[in-house]
Amino acid sequence: MTIRPFLSAAVLSGTLLLGACNSAQETESPVGAEATGSQIAITGAWSRETAEGQDTGGAFMTIANAGTASDRLTGGASPVADAVQIHTVDMAGGVMRMRQLGDPLDIPAGSSVKLKPGGLHIMLMGLKQPLKRDETFPLTLTFEKAGAVEAEVKVEPITSEGPMGEMAGGHHD
Amino acid sequence: MTDKFPELEDEQSPERRMEGLKALRMFLWLAVVLIGALALFAIFGGERHSAPQQRTTFADTVGGPFTLTAPDGSAVSDQTLAGKPFAIFFGFTRCPDVCPTTLSRLAQLRQRMGTDGSKFAIVFVSLDPEHDSPEDIGRYVALFDTPIIGLTGTDTQLAQIVKAYHVYYEKVPVEGGGYTIDHTAAVYLMGADGKLQSIIDHHEGADASLAKLRRLVK
Repeated sequence: MTIRPFLSAAVLSGTLLLGACNSAQETESPVGAEATGSQIAITGAWSRETAEGQDTGGAFMTIANAGTASDRLTGGASPVADAVQIHTVDMAGGVMRMRQLGDPLDIPAGSSVKLKPGGLHIMLMGLKQPLKRDETFPLTLTFEKAGAVEAEVKVEPITSEGPMGEMAGGHHD
Repeated sequence: MTDKFPELEDEQSPERRMEGLKALRMFLWLAVVLIGALALFAIFGGERHSAPQQRTTFADTVGGPFTLTAPDGSAVSDQTLAGKPFAIFFGFTRCPDVCPTTLSRLAQLRQRMGTDGSKFAIVFVSLDPEHDSPEDIGRYVALFDTPIIGLTGTDTQLAQIVKAYHVYYEKVPVEGGGYTIDHTAAVYLMGADGKLQSIIDHHEGADASLAKLRRLVK
């Protein structure tokens, strides 16, 4: 007598929870993508290991927009750093000049933007601890239309110029 | 005839002829002195122009005395490095892109050289003593899995080496606090005699850099 209502309540709440999850999964992303026209995917995210005392790091990746409308990367956050910025490197005159990107980074519809050494990178300012070889850390990038997109960043040796697969893919120059 | 050239007739007089010859002799002496002076000027003036060009090539103006501090606190000078070629690069440990790329390329090239790879030293000079302590630099260069001499110094010491190597660097504020450092990204290849032999540019291919390093240790 006392068990049945409890059970039915548990079953009922379980179904409701599942239903809520299902409806969220089914409706949110396709509707969101249709509404904004932006479909962002981050692949091949990697970073170089850092030494103790080296409180900044760079992250590199490919940001693809499979949608029908262009989007813009406005910023990001990561639990490993105090701040996340988008930086660009200029090598004019044999002098390295690193600057924060003045405007959000355009990710045109149907194309991808590669963040790689010598060009654009995600700057991790104020690292809370050194980035250790072979570990991974989460990075959230924020886009004007797609909103927050999560990426898992793999920490490579400091001598790396990108994950092995990318170098074999002929992107290395 | 006399009607035609009365003046000439006049000059033919003995006194006048003597005066004419005197003037001619004077003129000739003057010419000799002038030509001589011109010749002397050409010789010495010319030498004054060519001598510095012969002695001061661009390579001769790069390098020279410096004293900096190693991770263990010891002093490292141009004299410490003398006798062995070295590749020297200027940067800072918080440079997330170009500095590690450059140093790792040097490490990889050294590996490709086999036993010759140990015939030159790799020197990294941090231009950021405000942040990079000698110990920080030691931990940083240790990540590259090849011996790298990591150095820094006081502002005065850095000013000396930066001038000697014609290195440009400037601190630039970053939004949200802190700063970045604009700096020359070239690698200077210095011979065992401490003189500049070649420069590795950031954009050149690995094979071009490898050929330069092979020449450096020859």
